[in-house]
Amino acid sequence: MSVLIYADSNNGSLTKNALEAASYGAQVAQAKGGNAVAVVVGTANNIEQLGNYGVTKVLHVSDTTLDKFDPQKIAHVMATAAKQEGSETIIFAHDYSGKSIAPRLSAKLDAGLVTGAIALPNGNIIKKAVFSGKAFAEVEVNTSTQIISVLPNSVDKVETGGTAEVVALALELPSTGIKVKETKKESTELSLTEADIVVSAGRGLKGPENWGMVEDLAKELGAATACSRPVADIGWRPHHEHVGQTGIAIRPNLYFAIGISGAIQHLAGVNGSKVIVVINTDAEAPFFKAADYGIVGDAFEVVPKLLAAIKELKA
Amino acid sequence: MKILVCISKAPDTTAKIAFTDGDTKFDENGVQFIVNPYDEWYALVRGLELKEANGGSVTVLSVGRVDTDPIIRKALAIGADDAVRIDADTNDALYVAKQIANYAKENGYELVLCGKETIDYNGSQVAGMVAELMEVPYVSLTSKLDVAGSTATIERDVEGGVELIEANLPIVISSSKGMAEARIPNMRGIMAARSKPLTVVAPIEASNATSVKNFSLPAAKTGCKYVDADNVQELVNLLHNEAKAI
Ligand SMILES: Cc1cc2nc3c(=O)[nH]c(=O)nc-3n(C[C@H](O)[C@H](O)[C@H](O)COP(=O)(O)OP(=O)(O)OC[C@H]3O[C@@H](n4cnc5c(N)ncnc54)[C@H](O)[C@@H]3O)c2cc1C
Repeated sequence: MSVLIYADSNNGSLTKNALEAASYGAQVAQAKGGNAVAVVVGTANNIEQLGNYGVTKVLHVSDTTLDKFDPQKIAHVMATAAKQEGSETIIFAHDYSGKSIAPRLSAKLDAGLVTGAIALPNGNIIKKAVFSGKAFAEVEVNTSTQIISVLPNSVDKVETGGTAEVVALALELPSTGIKVKETKKESTELSLTEADIVVSAGRGLKGPENWGMVEDLAKELGAATACSRPVADIGWRPHHEHVGQTGIAIRPNLYFAIGISGAIQHLAGVNGSKVIVVINTDAEAPFFKAADYGIVGDAFEVVPKLLAAIKELKA
Repeated sequence: MKILVCISKAPDTTAKIAFTDGDTKFDENGVQFIVNPYDEWYALVRGLELKEANGGSVTVLSVGRVDTDPIIRKALAIGADDAVRIDADTNDALYVAKQIANYAKENGYELVLCGKETIDYNGSQVAGMVAELMEVPYVSLTSKLDVAGSTATIERDVEGGVELIEANLPIVISSSKGMAEARIPNMRGIMAARSKPLTVVAPIEASNATSVKNFSLPAAKTGCKYVDADNVQELVNLLHNEAKAI
Protein backbone atom coordinates (compact mmCIF):
# COMPACT_ATOMS: atom_id res chain seq x y z
CA MET A 1 0.00 0.00 0.00
CA SER A 2 1.50 3.30 -1.03
CA VAL A 3 0.99 6.87 0.14
CA LEU A 4 0.58 9.39 -2.68
CA ILE A 5 1.89 12.95 -2.32
CA TYR A 6 1.23 15.98 -4.48
CA ALA A 7 4.50 17.93 -4.71
CA ASP A 8 3.87 21.44 -5.98
CA SER A 9 6.41 23.49 -7.88
CA ASN A 10 6.79 27.18 -8.52
CA ASN A 11 8.67 28.40 -11.63
CA GLY A 12 10.17 24.94 -12.06
CA SER A 13 11.37 24.45 -8.48
CA LEU A 14 9.71 22.33 -5.81
CA THR A 15 8.32 24.47 -3.00
CA LYS A 16 9.28 24.19 0.66
CA ASN A 17 5.68 23.12 1.34
CA ALA A 18 6.10 20.32 -1.22
CA LEU A 19 9.13 18.97 0.64
CA GLU A 20 7.22 19.12 3.94
CA ALA A 21 4.28 17.26 2.40
CA ALA A 22 6.70 14.66 0.98
CA SER A 23 8.35 14.11 4.34
CA TYR A 24 4.97 13.86 6.07
CA GLY A 25 3.76 11.36 3.46
CA ALA A 26 6.93 9.29 3.77
CA GLN A 27 6.49 9.09 7.54
CA VAL A 28 2.88 7.97 7.10
CA ALA A 29 4.01 5.37 4.57
CA GLN A 30 6.68 4.08 6.93
CA ALA A 31 4.15 3.74 9.76
CA LYS A 32 1.84 1.77 7.46
CA GLY A 33 4.62 -0.31 5.94
CA GLY A 34 4.25 1.09 2.42
CA ASN A 35 6.04 3.30 -0.09
CA ALA A 36 5.83 7.04 -0.57
CA VAL A 37 5.10 8.04 -4.17
CA ALA A 38 5.12 11.69 -5.20
CA VAL A 39 3.40 13.30 -8.18
CA VAL A 40 4.98 16.31 -9.91
CA VAL A 41 3.27 18.06 -12.83
CA GLY A 42 4.58 20.36 -15.53
CA THR A 43 8.10 21.66 -15.93
CA ALA A 44 10.08 20.98 -12.75
CA ASN A 45 13.79 20.59 -12.07
CA ASN A 46 15.70 18.53 -9.55
CA ILE A 47 12.70 16.45 -8.58
CA GLU A 48 14.94 13.53 -7.55
CA GLN A 49 15.61 15.50 -4.35
CA LEU A 50 12.25 14.19 -3.09
CA GLY A 51 14.18 10.98 -2.38
CA ASN A 52 16.02 12.80 0.37
CA TYR A 53 12.67 13.22 2.17
CA GLY A 54 11.71 9.56 2.01
CA VAL A 55 9.95 9.36 -1.36
CA THR A 56 10.93 6.26 -3.34
CA LYS A 57 9.18 7.00 -6.62
CA VAL A 58 8.28 10.23 -8.39
CA LEU A 59 5.59 10.16 -11.07
CA HIS A 60 6.27 13.06 -13.40
CA VAL A 61 3.54 14.31 -15.73
CA SER A 62 5.69 16.57 -17.87
CA ASP A 63 2.85 17.84 -20.11
CA THR A 64 3.59 21.58 -20.27
CA THR A 65 -0.09 22.53 -20.39
CA LEU A 66 0.13 21.85 -16.66
CA ASP A 67 2.55 24.76 -16.26
CA LYS A 68 -0.65 26.83 -16.14
CA PHE A 69 -2.23 25.90 -12.83
CA ASP A 70 -5.53 24.05 -13.31
CA PRO A 71 -6.81 22.23 -10.23
CA GLN A 72 -9.40 20.30 -12.25
CA LYS A 73 -6.66 18.75 -14.40
CA ILE A 74 -4.39 18.07 -11.45
CA ALA A 75 -7.23 16.41 -9.50
CA HIS A 76 -7.65 14.13 -12.52
CA VAL A 77 -3.90 13.35 -12.49
CA MET A 78 -4.01 12.57 -8.76
CA ALA A 79 -7.07 10.32 -9.12
CA THR A 80 -5.38 8.42 -11.95
CA ALA A 81 -2.12 8.05 -10.01
CA ALA A 82 -3.95 6.96 -6.84
CA LYS A 83 -5.70 4.23 -8.79
CA GLN A 84 -2.50 3.09 -10.51
CA GLU A 85 -0.55 2.98 -7.23
CA GLY A 86 -3.42 1.63 -5.11
CA SER A 87 -3.01 4.56 -2.71
CA GLU A 88 -5.47 4.91 0.13
CA THR A 89 -3.75 7.89 1.70
CA ILE A 90 -3.15 11.06 -0.30
CA ILE A 91 -1.18 14.05 0.99
CA PHE A 92 -1.18 17.72 -0.01
CA ALA A 93 0.22 20.89 1.53
CA HIS A 94 -2.51 23.17 2.90
CA ASP A 95 -1.38 26.10 0.74
CA TYR A 96 -2.71 27.98 -2.27
CA SER A 97 -2.37 24.94 -4.52
CA GLY A 98 -3.49 22.29 -2.05
CA LYS A 99 -6.59 24.29 -1.13
CA SER A 100 -7.61 24.26 -4.79
CA ILE A 101 -6.93 20.62 -5.58
CA ALA A 102 -7.58 18.55 -2.44
CA PRO A 103 -11.32 19.38 -2.11
CA ARG A 104 -11.88 18.50 -5.77
CA LEU A 105 -10.09 15.18 -5.33
CA SER A 106 -12.07 14.45 -2.16
CA ALA A 107 -15.36 14.86 -4.05
CA LYS A 108 -14.04 12.92 -7.04
CA LEU A 109 -12.98 9.91 -4.96
CA ASP A 110 -15.73 10.31 -2.35
CA ALA A 111 -12.93 10.29 0.22
CA GLY A 112 -12.83 12.11 3.56
CA LEU A 113 -10.55 15.15 3.66
CA VAL A 114 -8.85 16.71 6.66
CA THR A 115 -7.24 20.07 5.87
CA GLY A 116 -4.50 21.78 7.84
CA ALA A 117 -3.11 18.76 9.71
CA ILE A 118 -0.54 19.69 12.35
CA ALA A 119 0.65 16.21 13.32
CA LEU A 120 1.10 12.75 11.85
CA PRO A 121 -2.12 10.72 11.80
CA ASN A 122 -2.96 8.28 14.52
CA GLY A 123 -4.62 5.56 12.46
CA ASN A 124 -7.57 7.33 10.82
CA ILE A 125 -7.50 10.22 13.30
CA ILE A 126 -5.83 13.47 12.33
CA LYS A 127 -5.17 16.52 14.50
CA LYS A 128 -5.77 19.99 13.09
CA ALA A 129 -6.11 23.55 14.33
CA VAL A 130 -9.67 24.92 14.45
CA PHE A 131 -11.32 28.20 15.49
CA SER A 132 -8.51 30.05 13.72
CA GLY A 133 -5.84 28.51 15.89
CA LYS A 134 -7.68 29.01 19.18
CA ALA A 135 -8.26 25.23 19.56
CA PHE A 136 -7.41 21.83 18.11
CA ALA A 137 -9.68 19.06 16.87
CA GLU A 138 -9.04 15.37 16.28
CA VAL A 139 -10.93 14.35 13.16
CA GLU A 140 -11.64 10.78 12.12
CA VAL A 141 -11.88 9.84 8.46
CA ASN A 142 -14.71 7.36 7.87
CA THR A 143 -13.93 6.42 4.26
CA SER A 144 -11.37 3.85 3.11
CA THR A 145 -9.39 6.49 1.24
CA GLN A 146 -8.18 9.45 3.28
CA ILE A 147 -6.88 12.78 2.04
CA ILE A 148 -4.81 14.98 4.33
CA SER A 149 -3.42 18.44 3.72
CA VAL A 150 -0.55 19.51 5.96
CA LEU A 151 -0.36 22.99 7.46
CA PRO A 152 2.91 24.65 6.38
CA ASN A 153 5.62 24.97 9.04
CA SER A 154 3.93 22.52 11.40
CA VAL A 155 5.66 19.21 10.79
CA ASP A 156 9.44 18.77 10.76
CA LYS A 157 11.01 17.65 7.51
CA VAL A 158 13.05 14.48 8.02
CA GLU A 159 15.99 14.05 5.65
CA THR A 160 16.59 10.38 4.94
CA GLY A 161 19.44 10.60 2.43
CA GLY A 162 17.45 8.28 0.16
CA THR A 163 17.03 8.44 -3.59
CA ALA A 164 13.91 8.41 -5.70
CA GLU A 165 13.31 6.86 -9.08
CA VAL A 166 11.63 9.28 -11.52
CA VAL A 167 9.03 7.67 -13.78
CA ALA A 168 7.15 9.50 -16.54
CA LEU A 169 3.38 9.32 -16.25
CA ALA A 170 1.54 9.97 -19.50
CA LEU A 171 -2.19 10.45 -19.46
CA GLU A 172 -4.89 12.29 -21.29
CA LEU A 173 -5.97 15.46 -19.57
CA PRO A 174 -9.61 16.52 -19.50
CA SER A 175 -10.51 19.79 -21.18
CA THR A 176 -11.68 22.38 -18.68
CA GLY A 177 -13.25 25.81 -18.95
CA ILE A 178 -10.46 27.67 -17.23
CA LYS A 179 -7.32 29.44 -18.35
CA VAL A 180 -4.58 31.19 -16.39
CA LYS A 181 -3.72 34.24 -18.52
CA GLU A 182 -0.87 35.55 -16.45
CA THR A 183 0.84 35.16 -13.10
CA LYS A 184 2.13 38.32 -11.47
CA LYS A 185 4.66 37.51 -8.80
CA GLU A 186 7.02 39.66 -6.90
CA SER A 187 9.49 36.81 -6.87
CA THR A 188 12.07 38.65 -4.78
CA GLU A 189 9.64 38.55 -1.90
CA LEU A 190 9.79 35.65 0.52
CA SER A 191 6.36 34.07 0.81
CA LEU A 192 4.66 34.73 4.10
CA THR A 193 3.36 31.25 4.85
CA GLU A 194 6.70 29.59 4.10
CA ALA A 195 8.92 32.03 6.00
CA ASP A 196 10.71 30.83 9.14
CA ILE A 197 10.81 34.35 10.54
CA VAL A 198 8.15 37.03 10.12
CA VAL A 199 8.52 40.69 11.08
CA SER A 200 5.09 42.24 11.51
CA ALA A 201 4.02 45.75 12.41
CA GLY A 202 0.79 47.53 13.25
CA ARG A 203 -0.82 50.90 13.63
CA GLY A 204 1.76 51.79 16.27
CA LEU A 205 4.15 52.67 13.43
CA LYS A 206 2.03 55.73 12.63
CA GLY A 207 2.45 55.76 8.83
CA PRO A 208 3.71 53.85 5.78
CA GLU A 209 6.83 56.02 5.60
CA ASN A 210 8.07 54.35 8.79
CA TRP A 211 8.22 50.81 7.38
CA GLY A 212 11.83 51.16 6.25
CA MET A 213 13.17 49.87 9.58
CA VAL A 214 10.73 46.92 9.47
CA GLU A 215 11.92 45.98 5.99
CA ASP A 216 15.56 46.39 7.00
CA LEU A 217 15.09 44.14 10.01
CA ALA A 218 13.30 41.55 7.86
CA LYS A 219 16.05 41.67 5.26
CA GLU A 220 18.78 41.19 7.85
CA LEU A 221 16.93 38.16 9.28
CA GLY A 222 15.90 36.67 5.91
CA ALA A 223 12.33 37.19 7.10
CA ALA A 224 9.01 37.99 5.43
CA THR A 225 7.05 41.11 6.40
CA ALA A 226 3.45 41.15 7.62
CA CYS A 227 1.00 43.63 9.14
CA SER A 228 -2.19 43.97 11.15
CA ARG A 229 -5.55 44.39 9.44
CA PRO A 230 -6.08 48.14 9.89
CA VAL A 231 -2.65 48.76 8.38
CA ALA A 232 -3.67 46.90 5.20
CA ASP A 233 -7.14 48.45 5.23
CA ILE A 234 -5.81 52.01 5.25
CA GLY A 235 -3.41 51.03 2.48
CA TRP A 236 -0.12 51.47 4.37
CA ARG A 237 0.82 47.93 3.32
CA PRO A 238 -0.47 45.52 0.63
CA HIS A 239 -3.44 43.29 1.48
CA HIS A 240 -1.44 40.09 1.09
CA GLU A 241 0.57 41.06 4.20
CA HIS A 242 -2.54 41.12 6.42
CA VAL A 243 -2.34 38.32 8.98
CA GLY A 244 -4.98 37.22 11.46
CA GLN A 245 -8.34 35.60 11.65
CA THR A 246 -9.59 37.32 8.50
CA GLY A 247 -6.21 37.47 6.80
CA ILE A 248 -3.51 34.86 6.38
CA ALA A 249 -2.80 32.40 9.17
CA ILE A 250 0.91 31.79 9.69
CA ARG A 251 3.03 29.73 12.06
CA PRO A 252 6.65 30.74 11.65
CA ASN A 253 9.43 29.80 14.03
CA LEU A 254 9.78 33.40 15.13
CA TYR A 255 7.22 36.23 14.96
CA PHE A 256 8.05 39.86 15.77
CA ALA A 257 4.98 41.99 16.61
CA ILE A 258 5.93 45.67 16.52
CA GLY A 259 3.31 48.25 17.51
CA ILE A 260 0.48 45.71 17.33
CA SER A 261 -1.96 45.63 20.25
CA GLY A 262 -2.71 41.89 20.05
CA ALA A 263 -6.47 41.89 19.46
CA ILE A 264 -8.02 38.44 19.60
CA GLN A 265 -8.57 38.44 15.82
CA HIS A 266 -4.91 39.22 15.18
CA LEU A 267 -3.66 36.61 17.65
CA ALA A 268 -5.85 33.97 16.01
CA GLY A 269 -3.75 34.08 12.86
CA VAL A 270 -0.32 34.08 14.49
CA ASN A 271 -0.57 32.16 17.77
CA GLY A 272 0.78 29.01 16.16
CA SER A 273 4.18 30.76 15.92
CA LYS A 274 6.82 28.95 17.98
CA VAL A 275 8.42 32.07 19.47
CA ILE A 276 6.68 35.45 19.72
CA VAL A 277 8.50 38.72 20.42
CA VAL A 278 6.40 41.78 21.25
CA ILE A 279 7.60 45.39 21.11
CA ASN A 280 5.00 47.85 22.35
CA THR A 281 4.95 51.15 24.30
CA ASP A 282 1.95 49.99 26.30
CA ALA A 283 2.85 47.52 29.06
CA GLU A 284 -0.85 46.57 29.20
CA ALA A 285 -1.08 45.63 25.51
CA PRO A 286 -2.82 42.21 25.33
CA PHE A 287 -0.11 40.88 23.01
CA PHE A 288 2.31 40.49 25.95
CA LYS A 289 0.07 37.70 27.31
CA ALA A 290 0.77 35.69 24.15
CA ALA A 291 4.45 36.61 23.98
CA ASP A 292 7.58 34.66 24.84
CA TYR A 293 9.79 37.76 24.91
CA GLY A 294 8.70 41.34 25.33
CA ILE A 295 10.13 44.83 25.32
CA VAL A 296 8.00 47.65 26.69
CA GLY A 297 9.32 50.53 24.64
CA ASP A 298 9.08 52.79 21.64
CA ALA A 299 9.50 50.92 18.36
CA PHE A 300 11.29 53.90 16.84
CA GLU A 301 14.06 53.50 19.41
CA VAL A 302 14.01 49.73 19.93
CA VAL A 303 13.89 48.49 16.32
CA PRO A 304 17.02 50.36 15.09
CA LYS A 305 18.93 49.06 18.15
CA LEU A 306 17.64 45.56 17.48
CA LEU A 307 18.78 45.78 13.87
CA ALA A 308 22.24 46.89 14.94
CA ALA A 309 22.52 44.08 17.50
CA ILE A 310 21.45 41.46 14.96
CA LYS A 311 23.92 42.79 12.39
CA GLU A 312 26.62 42.42 15.02
CA LEU A 313 25.55 38.85 15.77
CA LYS A 314 25.62 37.92 12.09
CA ALA A 315 28.98 39.59 11.52
CA MET B 1 -27.45 35.62 -14.21
CA LYS B 2 -28.58 33.29 -11.40
CA ILE B 3 -26.21 33.69 -8.47
CA LEU B 4 -26.09 31.40 -5.46
CA VAL B 5 -24.23 32.59 -2.36
CA CYS B 6 -23.45 29.92 0.22
CA ILE B 7 -23.32 31.19 3.78
CA SER B 8 -22.36 29.51 7.00
CA LYS B 9 -23.10 30.32 10.61
CA ALA B 10 -19.96 31.01 12.66
CA PRO B 11 -19.22 32.12 16.21
CA ASP B 12 -18.43 35.82 16.62
CA THR B 13 -14.68 36.51 16.33
CA THR B 14 -14.50 37.45 20.02
CA ALA B 15 -16.46 34.39 21.23
CA LYS B 16 -15.00 32.38 24.09
CA ILE B 17 -13.84 29.04 22.74
CA ALA B 18 -14.82 26.23 25.13
CA PHE B 19 -16.13 22.69 24.81
CA THR B 20 -18.73 20.46 26.50
CA ASP B 21 -19.78 16.80 26.56
CA GLY B 22 -16.30 15.54 27.36
CA ASP B 23 -14.69 17.96 24.89
CA THR B 24 -16.67 16.59 21.97
CA LYS B 25 -18.91 19.61 21.32
CA PHE B 26 -18.38 23.36 20.92
CA ASP B 27 -19.95 25.13 23.91
CA GLU B 28 -22.52 27.48 22.36
CA ASN B 29 -23.54 28.87 25.74
CA GLY B 30 -23.56 32.67 25.52
CA VAL B 31 -21.98 32.61 22.07
CA GLN B 32 -23.20 35.12 19.50
CA PHE B 33 -23.41 33.70 15.98
CA ILE B 34 -22.67 35.72 12.86
CA VAL B 35 -22.58 35.16 9.11
CA ASN B 36 -19.11 33.77 8.43
CA PRO B 37 -17.14 36.96 7.57
CA TYR B 38 -15.78 35.82 4.18
CA ASP B 39 -19.26 34.72 3.09
CA GLU B 40 -20.84 38.02 4.12
CA TRP B 41 -18.21 40.66 3.39
CA TYR B 42 -16.97 39.30 0.07
CA ALA B 43 -19.11 36.52 -1.48
CA LEU B 44 -22.50 38.07 -0.74
CA VAL B 45 -21.59 41.67 -1.45
CA ARG B 46 -19.81 40.86 -4.72
CA GLY B 47 -22.82 38.75 -5.74
CA LEU B 48 -25.09 41.74 -5.09
CA GLU B 49 -22.79 44.10 -7.02
CA LEU B 50 -22.77 41.76 -10.04
CA LYS B 51 -26.54 41.54 -9.95
CA GLU B 52 -26.82 45.32 -9.71
CA ALA B 53 -24.53 45.68 -12.73
CA ASN B 54 -25.77 42.84 -14.95
CA GLY B 55 -29.25 41.93 -13.70
CA GLY B 56 -30.31 38.52 -12.42
CA SER B 57 -30.94 37.28 -8.92
CA VAL B 58 -29.05 36.46 -5.73
CA THR B 59 -30.17 33.50 -3.63
CA VAL B 60 -28.48 32.75 -0.31
CA LEU B 61 -28.21 29.13 0.72
CA SER B 62 -27.24 27.71 4.07
CA VAL B 63 -27.15 24.11 5.19
CA GLY B 64 -28.24 24.01 8.81
CA ARG B 65 -31.03 23.73 11.33
CA VAL B 66 -33.60 26.35 12.32
CA ASP B 67 -31.03 28.19 14.48
CA THR B 68 -29.40 29.26 11.18
CA ASP B 69 -32.40 31.44 10.24
CA PRO B 70 -31.18 34.64 11.98
CA ILE B 71 -27.99 34.75 9.89
CA ILE B 72 -30.00 33.98 6.75
CA ARG B 73 -32.28 36.95 7.57
CA LYS B 74 -29.19 39.12 7.95
CA ALA B 75 -28.05 38.15 4.44
CA LEU B 76 -31.52 38.98 3.14
CA ALA B 77 -31.33 42.34 4.93
CA ILE B 78 -28.03 43.08 3.19
CA GLY B 79 -29.83 42.56 -0.11
CA ALA B 80 -30.23 38.93 -1.27
CA ASP B 81 -33.55 38.30 -3.07
CA ASP B 82 -34.49 35.01 -1.48
CA ALA B 83 -33.06 32.23 0.65
CA VAL B 84 -32.93 28.48 0.93
CA ARG B 85 -32.08 26.46 4.00
CA ILE B 86 -31.30 22.79 3.56
CA ASP B 87 -32.47 21.34 6.82
CA ALA B 88 -29.59 19.17 8.03
CA ASP B 89 -26.81 18.99 10.62
CA THR B 90 -23.42 20.09 9.35
CA ASN B 91 -20.72 17.77 10.59
CA ASP B 92 -18.74 17.09 7.43
CA ALA B 93 -17.70 19.25 4.48
CA LEU B 94 -18.35 16.60 1.82
CA TYR B 95 -21.87 16.04 3.16
CA VAL B 96 -22.56 19.78 3.00
CA ALA B 97 -21.02 20.07 -0.48
CA LYS B 98 -23.27 17.28 -1.79
CA GLN B 99 -26.33 19.17 -0.57
CA ILE B 100 -25.23 22.45 -2.16
CA ALA B 101 -24.11 20.90 -5.48
CA ASN B 102 -27.38 19.03 -5.84
CA TYR B 103 -29.41 22.17 -5.23
CA ALA B 104 -27.27 24.36 -7.48
CA LYS B 105 -27.41 21.87 -10.36
CA GLU B 106 -31.15 21.25 -10.11
CA ASN B 107 -31.89 24.95 -10.09
CA GLY B 108 -29.44 26.01 -12.79
CA TYR B 109 -27.22 28.45 -10.90
CA GLU B 110 -24.42 29.85 -13.06
CA LEU B 111 -22.30 31.48 -10.39
CA VAL B 112 -21.81 29.88 -6.97
CA LEU B 113 -20.00 32.11 -4.47
CA CYS B 114 -18.58 30.83 -1.18
CA GLY B 115 -16.20 32.32 1.41
CA LYS B 116 -12.59 31.10 1.39
CA GLU B 117 -13.08 29.23 4.66
CA THR B 118 -15.21 29.35 7.80
CA ILE B 119 -13.65 30.83 10.91
CA ASP B 120 -14.67 27.85 13.07
CA TYR B 121 -13.49 24.72 11.26
CA ASN B 122 -11.16 26.54 8.85
CA GLY B 123 -11.70 23.78 6.30
CA SER B 124 -11.42 25.58 2.95
CA GLN B 125 -13.15 22.52 1.53
CA VAL B 126 -16.79 22.99 0.60
CA ALA B 127 -16.44 25.25 -2.46
CA GLY B 128 -13.91 23.02 -4.25
CA MET B 129 -16.00 19.93 -3.54
CA VAL B 130 -19.13 21.63 -4.91
CA ALA B 131 -17.26 22.48 -8.12
CA GLU B 132 -16.08 18.90 -8.61
CA LEU B 133 -19.57 17.54 -7.96
CA MET B 134 -21.01 20.04 -10.47
CA GLU B 135 -18.12 19.26 -12.87
CA VAL B 136 -17.35 22.95 -13.35
CA PRO B 137 -14.25 25.11 -12.80
CA TYR B 138 -13.30 26.29 -9.34
CA VAL B 139 -11.16 29.25 -8.41
CA SER B 140 -10.11 29.45 -4.77
CA LEU B 141 -9.00 32.55 -2.86
CA THR B 142 -10.43 34.96 -5.39
CA SER B 143 -9.65 38.62 -4.70
CA LYS B 144 -11.32 40.12 -7.83
CA LEU B 145 -14.23 38.88 -9.91
CA ASP B 146 -15.96 40.26 -12.98
CA VAL B 147 -18.47 38.59 -15.26
CA ALA B 148 -19.29 39.53 -18.85
CA GLY B 149 -21.68 37.27 -20.75
CA SER B 150 -20.65 33.72 -19.94
CA THR B 151 -17.03 34.55 -19.09
CA ALA B 152 -15.62 35.32 -15.66
CA THR B 153 -12.40 37.32 -15.24
CA ILE B 154 -10.71 36.55 -11.98
CA GLU B 155 -7.73 37.50 -9.86
CA ARG B 156 -6.64 34.88 -7.42
CA ASP B 157 -4.12 35.17 -4.59
CA VAL B 158 -1.11 32.88 -4.84
CA GLU B 159 2.15 32.80 -2.88
CA GLY B 160 3.59 36.30 -3.15
CA GLY B 161 1.42 37.49 -6.03
CA VAL B 162 -1.73 37.08 -8.10
CA GLU B 163 -2.91 34.87 -10.94
CA LEU B 164 -5.12 36.35 -13.68
CA ILE B 165 -7.68 33.81 -14.82
CA GLU B 166 -10.41 33.57 -17.41
CA ALA B 167 -13.09 30.91 -16.98
CA ASN B 168 -16.45 29.89 -18.38
CA LEU B 169 -19.66 29.87 -16.39
CA PRO B 170 -20.99 28.01 -14.54
CA ILE B 171 -18.24 28.37 -12.00
CA VAL B 172 -17.66 28.07 -8.24
CA ILE B 173 -15.62 30.79 -6.52
CA SER B 174 -14.19 30.99 -3.01
CA SER B 175 -13.91 34.62 -1.96
CA SER B 176 -11.21 36.41 -0.01
CA LYS B 177 -10.27 39.94 0.86
CA GLY B 178 -10.33 42.51 -1.94
CA MET B 179 -13.39 41.20 -3.77
CA ALA B 180 -15.80 43.73 -2.24
CA GLU B 181 -16.32 46.11 0.66
CA ALA B 182 -18.59 44.93 3.49
CA ARG B 183 -22.10 46.45 3.54
CA ILE B 184 -24.10 47.26 6.64
CA PRO B 185 -27.83 46.51 6.36
CA ASN B 186 -30.08 49.55 6.71
CA MET B 187 -33.51 49.75 8.35
CA ARG B 188 -35.31 49.32 5.04
CA GLY B 189 -33.31 46.21 4.29
CA ILE B 190 -34.01 44.74 7.71
CA MET B 191 -37.77 45.36 7.32
CA ALA B 192 -37.80 43.93 3.79
CA ALA B 193 -35.88 40.84 4.91
CA ARG B 194 -38.80 39.78 7.11
CA SER B 195 -41.05 39.19 4.13
CA LYS B 196 -38.52 37.79 1.65
CA PRO B 197 -38.99 34.08 0.91
CA LEU B 198 -36.94 31.59 2.95
CA THR B 199 -37.61 28.09 1.65
CA VAL B 200 -36.70 25.09 3.77
CA VAL B 201 -35.85 21.96 1.80
CA ALA B 202 -35.05 18.42 2.90
CA PRO B 203 -31.47 17.15 2.45
CA ILE B 204 -30.55 14.42 -0.01
CA GLU B 205 -29.20 11.12 1.30
CA ALA B 206 -25.46 11.27 2.01
CA SER B 207 -23.07 10.10 4.71
CA ASN B 208 -20.38 11.90 6.70
CA ALA B 209 -16.90 11.25 5.31
CA THR B 210 -15.30 12.64 8.47
CA SER B 211 -16.29 13.20 12.09
CA VAL B 212 -14.74 15.22 14.90
CA LYS B 213 -13.71 12.96 17.79
CA ASN B 214 -12.68 15.61 20.30
CA PHE B 215 -11.44 19.16 20.85
CA SER B 216 -8.64 20.57 22.97
CA LEU B 217 -7.20 23.97 23.81
CA PRO B 218 -3.56 24.90 23.25
CA ALA B 219 -1.32 25.02 26.31
CA ALA B 220 -1.18 28.56 27.69
CA LYS B 221 2.09 30.44 27.24
CA THR B 222 4.15 30.08 30.38
CA GLY B 223 4.73 33.80 30.61
CA CYS B 224 6.56 36.55 28.84
CA LYS B 225 10.23 37.20 29.56
CA TYR B 226 10.70 40.96 29.63
CA VAL B 227 13.86 42.65 28.40
CA ASP B 228 14.64 46.26 29.21
CA ALA B 229 14.27 48.69 26.29
CA ASP B 230 17.81 49.92 26.99
CA ASN B 231 19.23 46.44 26.77
CA VAL B 232 18.14 45.24 23.32
CA GLN B 233 21.37 43.24 23.04
CA GLU B 234 19.96 40.92 25.71
CA LEU B 235 16.93 40.11 23.52
CA VAL B 236 19.23 39.12 20.67
CA ASN B 237 21.24 36.89 23.05
CA LEU B 238 18.05 35.20 24.27
CA LEU B 239 16.73 34.64 20.76
CA HIS B 240 20.07 33.23 19.69
CA ASN B 241 21.10 31.14 22.69
CA GLU B 242 17.88 30.28 24.50
CA ALA B 243 15.15 30.19 21.84
CA LYS B 244 17.63 29.26 19.08
CA ALA B 245 15.36 31.17 16.73
CA ILE B 246 17.99 33.38 15.04
C1 LIG C 1 -14.55 40.49 12.56
C2 LIG C 1 -13.19 41.06 12.78
C3 LIG C 1 -12.08 40.45 12.18
C4 LIG C 1 -10.80 40.98 12.36
N1 LIG C 1 -9.74 40.35 11.78
C5 LIG C 1 -8.48 40.84 12.01
C6 LIG C 1 -7.33 40.18 11.44
O1 LIG C 1 -7.44 39.20 10.69
N2 LIG C 1 -6.11 40.69 11.69
C7 LIG C 1 -5.91 41.80 12.48
O2 LIG C 1 -4.75 42.20 12.68
N3 LIG C 1 -6.97 42.42 13.01
C8 LIG C 1 -8.25 41.98 12.79
N4 LIG C 1 -9.31 42.66 13.32
C9 LIG C 1 -9.05 43.95 13.98
C10 LIG C 1 -8.60 43.81 15.41
O3 LIG C 1 -9.72 43.74 16.26
C11 LIG C 1 -7.75 45.03 15.82
O4 LIG C 1 -8.52 46.20 15.64
C12 LIG C 1 -6.44 45.19 15.05
O5 LIG C 1 -5.71 43.97 15.06
C13 LIG C 1 -5.61 46.29 15.67
O6 LIG C 1 -4.48 46.55 14.86
P1 LIG C 1 -3.17 47.18 15.50
O7 LIG C 1 -2.73 46.35 16.63
O8 LIG C 1 -2.22 47.43 14.40
O9 LIG C 1 -3.68 48.63 15.97
P2 LIG C 1 -4.04 49.17 17.41
O10 LIG C 1 -5.01 48.33 18.10
O11 LIG C 1 -4.34 50.60 17.20
O12 LIG C 1 -2.69 49.01 18.21
C14 LIG C 1 -1.54 49.77 18.01
C15 LIG C 1 -0.55 49.36 19.08
O13 LIG C 1 0.68 50.02 18.85
C16 LIG C 1 1.20 50.42 20.09
N5 LIG C 1 2.10 51.57 19.83
C17 LIG C 1 1.77 52.86 19.56
N6 LIG C 1 2.87 53.57 19.33
C18 LIG C 1 3.92 52.75 19.46
C19 LIG C 1 5.32 52.92 19.35
N7 LIG C 1 5.89 54.10 19.03
N8 LIG C 1 6.11 51.85 19.55
C20 LIG C 1 5.57 50.64 19.87
N9 LIG C 1 4.26 50.43 19.98
C21 LIG C 1 3.45 51.48 19.77
C22 LIG C 1 0.01 50.76 20.94
O14 LIG C 1 0.32 50.66 22.31
C23 LIG C 1 -0.99 49.70 20.49
O15 LIG C 1 -0.88 48.53 21.30
C24 LIG C 1 -10.61 42.14 13.16
C25 LIG C 1 -11.71 42.74 13.76
C26 LIG C 1 -12.98 42.21 13.58
C27 LIG C 1 -14.14 42.88 14.27
